[in-house]
This record gives sequence, C-alpha cells and structure tokens, in this order.
Amino acid sequence: MATPDIEIVVDDPDAPQSSSPPVAGTRSVNIVVYLLLIGLAALLAYDNWRTGMGWAPEGPEAGYFPFYLSVMLGGASLYGLVSALLSSAASDGTFVTRDQLRRVMQVFVPTLLFCLFTQWLGLYVASFLLIAGFMSFVGHIAWWKSLLTAAVFTIAMFVTFDIAFDVIMPKGPLEAALGY
Amino acid sequence: MEAFGLLFHGFAVLMTWKTIALMMVGLILGVFVGVLPGLGGPNGVAILLPLTFTMDPTSAIVMLSCIYWGALFGGAITSILFNIPGEAWSVATTFDGYPMAQQGRAAEALTAAFTSSFIGSFVAVVLITFLAPGIASFALRFGPPEFFSVYLLTFCSFVGLGREDKHKTIISMALGLLLAGVGMDTVSGTLRMTFGFSDLLRGINFLVAVIGLFGISEILLTMEERLALRGHAAAISLRVVLSVWKDLPKYWITLVRSSVIGCWLGITPGGAIAASFMGYNLAKRFSKDPDSFGKGRIEGVFAPETAAHASGTAALLPMLALGIPGSGTAAILLGGLMVWGLNPGPLLFVEHKDFVWGLIASMYLGNIVGLVIVLTTVPIFASILRVPFAAIAPMIVVSCAIGAFAIQNAMFDIWLMLVFGVVGYVFKKIGIPLAPFTLALVLGSRAEDAFRLSMIGAEGDLRVFWSNWLVGSITTLAFVLLFWPLIGAAFERARRLIRPRAS
Repeated sequence: MATPDIEIVVDDPDAPQSSSPPVAGTRSVNIVVYLLLIGLAALLAYDNWRTGMGWAPEGPEAGYFPFYLSVMLGGASLYGLVSALLSSAASDGTFVTRDQLRRVMQVFVPTLLFCLFTQWLGLYVASFLLIAGFMSFVGHIAWWKSLLTAAVFTIAMFVTFDIAFDVIMPKGPLEAALGY
Repeated sequence: MEAFGLLFHGFAVLMTWKTIALMMVGLILGVFVGVLPGLGGPNGVAILLPLTFTMDPTSAIVMLSCIYWGALFGGAITSILFNIPGEAWSVATTFDGYPMAQQGRAAEALTAAFTSSFIGSFVAVVLITFLAPGIASFALRFGPPEFFSVYLLTFCSFVGLGREDKHKTIISMALGLLLAGVGMDTVSGTLRMTFGFSDLLRGINFLVAVIGLFGISEILLTMEERLALRGHAAAISLRVVLSVWKDLPKYWITLVRSSVIGCWLGITPGGAIAASFMGYNLAKRFSKDPDSFGKGRIEGVFAPETAAHASGTAALLPMLALGIPGSGTAAILLGGLMVWGLNPGPLLFVEHKDFVWGLIASMYLGNIVGLVIVLTTVPIFASILRVPFAAIAPMIVVSCAIGAFAIQNAMFDIWLMLVFGVVGYVFKKIGIPLAPFTLALVLGSRAEDAFRLSMIGAEGDLRVFWSNWLVGSITTLAFVLLFWPLIGAAFERARRLIRPRAS
C-alpha cells in the first residue's frame, strides 16, 4: 500500500486554545435565552389578544392562531427555564471560551460594520472594504493580495448581479459618480 | 405508462443548450458550496436563489436543484480527504472514508462515495417519478381540513420523532409559525404583530431568515473552531473507477438497504443526517465482520452515502406532491417556487406539467452529469481548501447580504439577516434545532389558512378534523406521532410485563 502523502496543508496559527477560560456557561446562556423567549411570547400574546383572539361570526379572528402559538412558545420556554434552573451548576458545559468569543467577534464586528456601510456607501463599496479589511487585518494576508481579491470579487459581483441578471443592489456616492 | 410519456416530455423540455449550461453551472457551484466550510446545501441554495429571479421557473429550479445535488456530492470530498465533513450528513462517511484515504486508497473511497450517492439519488428519483403523480392526484381531493391535518402531521412528527429535547423542538416550531404570521393577515386583512413598524408590514421573509440562520451563523460557528487542516489530494483514474464499479454487485444488499432507509427517512421529516447514520449502523450490524468498520472498509462509505442521497432526494417527493418539504433544503426550494409565482402542492402536477416533469427529468440528468463532473474534477475542488478562510468568510458574508437584499429590495432585510445570524448561532450552541423553525416559517401561513378555512366551513366545530376516515386517520396519526415517545415507552413496559424473562 502506498504511503499516504499529505498534499494540502493549511495552518491556523491563532486558533482558539482549548485551555482558554470560559466566558459563559451553557446553563446561564440557556436561562437568558429562555427568559428572552418568555418575554417575546408575552409580548406577542398581548399583541394578539389586542388584535382579537376569539371567534368572530365568520371564524377565528386574526389573533387566534398566533395567540395560542405564543402560549405554546411561552409554555415550552418556561419548561426549559425551570429545567435549566433545576440542573446542577456543577455539570454545566462551556458555552463559549474567551478565545472563541474573540474569534467570533472578529467576524461579527466587521459584518456589523459592513451592514452599516452598505446603508451609507452602497453594497459594493462596503463589500470591497469588508473583504480587503478582513483579509489583511484578520487573516494577515499580504495587502496587495487582499486589495486585489476584494476588487476582483466586488467587480465580479457587480457584473453578475447588476448587469447580467438585473438584480439591483443598494448603491452609494461612488456608483452615482460613475453614472450607475 | 403515463409517467414515462411525461418524463420523456420533461427531457424534451430540458434538452436546450441553455438549460444544460445552467445545470453544469449549478452543479459546479453546488460542489463548491458542499466543499467550503461555513456553507452548506440549505444556505447555498438560499444565497444563490436571487440569481434565478429573472429566469423562467423551469430553468431556475433546474439550476437550484443542481446546486443541491452538487452540495450532496461535495460533502463527501472533504469528509474523505480531510476528515472534515463539509455537511452534517457526511459525518458518517468520515468513519471509513478517511481511514481509506490514510491508507492511500482515497481515489477508491471517493469513487465509492460518488457512485453510491448516484445510486441513492437514482433510486429516490425513480420513486418520485412513479409515486409523486399518484400522491398528487390523490391529494387533489383534499380540502382545507385534510391539508391542515397533513401540516399537523408534519409538525407533530418533528416533535415526536426528533432526537432533540421536545421543548426545544416546540420552541423552534412555535417561533417559526409565529414569525410566519407577522404582517398582514391573509384572511381578514388585519395587521398583527407589527408594533407600528412599517418594515414589518411585509412580514418576515422566509429566505432572509434562512440566509441568516444558516449562512451567517455558520460563519460564526466555523470561526470558533481550529481551521487548520491537513489532507490528501487525490486524482481519480479511470482504472480505479472501473475496479470499484466491478465490485459493486457484491455490495448490493448494503446499497438496497441504505436506499430504502434513505427514501423512507427522506419522505418523513427525518432527514439525510439521520439516514446516513442509520445506513452506516445497519451495514455494520449486518456485516459478518463488524470490527473491520471504521478501519477503512469500502462498505462503510457505500452505506451512509447511499442513504444520505436517497434521503436528500426523496425529501423532494412530499414537496412536489403535497407542498410539504421533507428537509431544510427542500423547504428553501419551496420558498423559491413561491417567489416564481408557483403554488406548491398537488395542483402543480395539473397546472404546470412542464415545470414538474422538467424538474424530475433534471434530477436524472443532473445526477449523471454530476457524477461525471465530480469524478473528473476532484483535485480542483480539493484544492479550494487551500484558499484561507479569511478570504472566504467575507465573501460569504457579502453573498449572504446580496441574497437577503435581492429578495425584496429592502435594506431592513440585511439587518434582519444579521439578527437571524446571531439567533442561529445561539440556538445551535444550546441545541434548539433549526429545521423545525425553517419548516414552520415556510408552511406557517398556509397551515393557518387551512385551519381557518376549515373552521369557517365547519362553523367552528373542531370535530371537522375527524369528519371522514381520511382526515380522521391523518389527524389521529399526527397525535400518535406527537406522543410517540410515551407510546413507545408504554409498549416496552407492556412487553416486559407479558414476557418478564425474555431479555
């Protein structure tokens, strides 16, 4: 049998360490999520009660179906909340470690900024900034590679969607200056 | 037989250069989606959906379903070469596929995976060809109560048969149904749950939610993990392909068993993931030499791949015939049908013959073309993984945003996508399943309409759901499935009481 030779190797130098301290336990996240869901269920139940959850002469009112669904949602979340509270804190798993949270934020924050920039600068400029910025600052890839990739990708998207398929994206001052 | 004639008509619809070209593009994009970490079948289809908005429905569905087949094929590549399942349903493929690659038999394992994928989907497509028209014409007799009971059956079987905690499935489902109701009520025209926000008047779009839940959240989850990988690169030579194919008849029992499991789990909302594990475990149990599994046995690749693909394909059967998707990806294809103005359900077979048979014919053709493409181009796809994730992640984010915006041309949807991304991330980490949510969101308004129309017809009498044998048996079955864990436990206890010493 031939010796298997590894041909594709990709390294991840700043991968999260397994020794990284936990930031939040699963139990506490569970409790927070269930509380939020109970709040949402109560809010929706109230709104549907206001819309009308009873029976009109021609059948159930608009709020009937969603009202009982919010009751179900509330009930199931309450069950989850109680069982999470009753579970022992000792057997708690880790929800996210500090290293993991750092990495997640490395994507989440740029994505958030990208959404904001899309609103002001248009989608294409924002996507150029996101790709170039993410590649060079988070991925530590050479700046010229990052800029080139971002430009090629953004232009390819523009040609595919706005020109070839007529799917119009939000645009900003740059596109306006170029006459699109 | 009528099905044959219609199927040939379907092939005739497909045989244009444009359709074939779209099919190839779809397959290649699909394999990409399957190979890349942080992208999967459901969100791949959801993100690429906007591309098809300006196409005619037949070309659009051909391209989208080919993305789906491609993703099914692609999942196997990373499982075998890198021990990284590109998709959840290819986890079972790594058990024997990766050891085979380590022994230098990567080409063999890949051929086995692709071939069995092909066989699995082929069996399921044959099933669809002959069963779907029958089911659809039967379902034409359905009125609102019957439809509601079928929806109820779908939801109840998720709760009763799912492996997740019951309350978590209920939360996910209720939330999906609730969000489907936001906006204008379709029966009375009343606004509900909008809280005065004009952006909520349109309702919460299903595809926006899917892109956030599966696309953005998957990126967040992928970043948490160590992204380093080491793998084998393998080209497949014709000699290896032929030698694997020559041995195929030896494994016919495994192939047939996995196909049956896959078809069954695909039609019921169990999904490809469960099917692949079940196929693997059964092959191991029935094997003469179970210990050799996990050490690079080719049957260990055949079994899960056949089952996963049979199930992924069979999931389209209830979608076509009844308008009820059997999997997350099928739910997104269903969302696509609605965007193109087609009303999924039994009427599709009557009103849009070209479309339905074109789709079914494309499943045959797509699988054959797909098999050829993956067998010949594996090294190219494997080398995609050389591209650092730092370059891929922002591109996926941009594609998600384009997809979310294009559906309704609304900036609000991009923000909604981001919110769903965070929700999906948290839900996945605390074990709230997303599939029931997806299904509930896509079926929600139809289920509610069916319920209210039956209530209007029956003047508010809930007994309408037991008013004839058909609707009565479906409704009863729904409740049996809902309480299945309890019923199963009761049976177990009764059996122990009768035969106390039989263990």
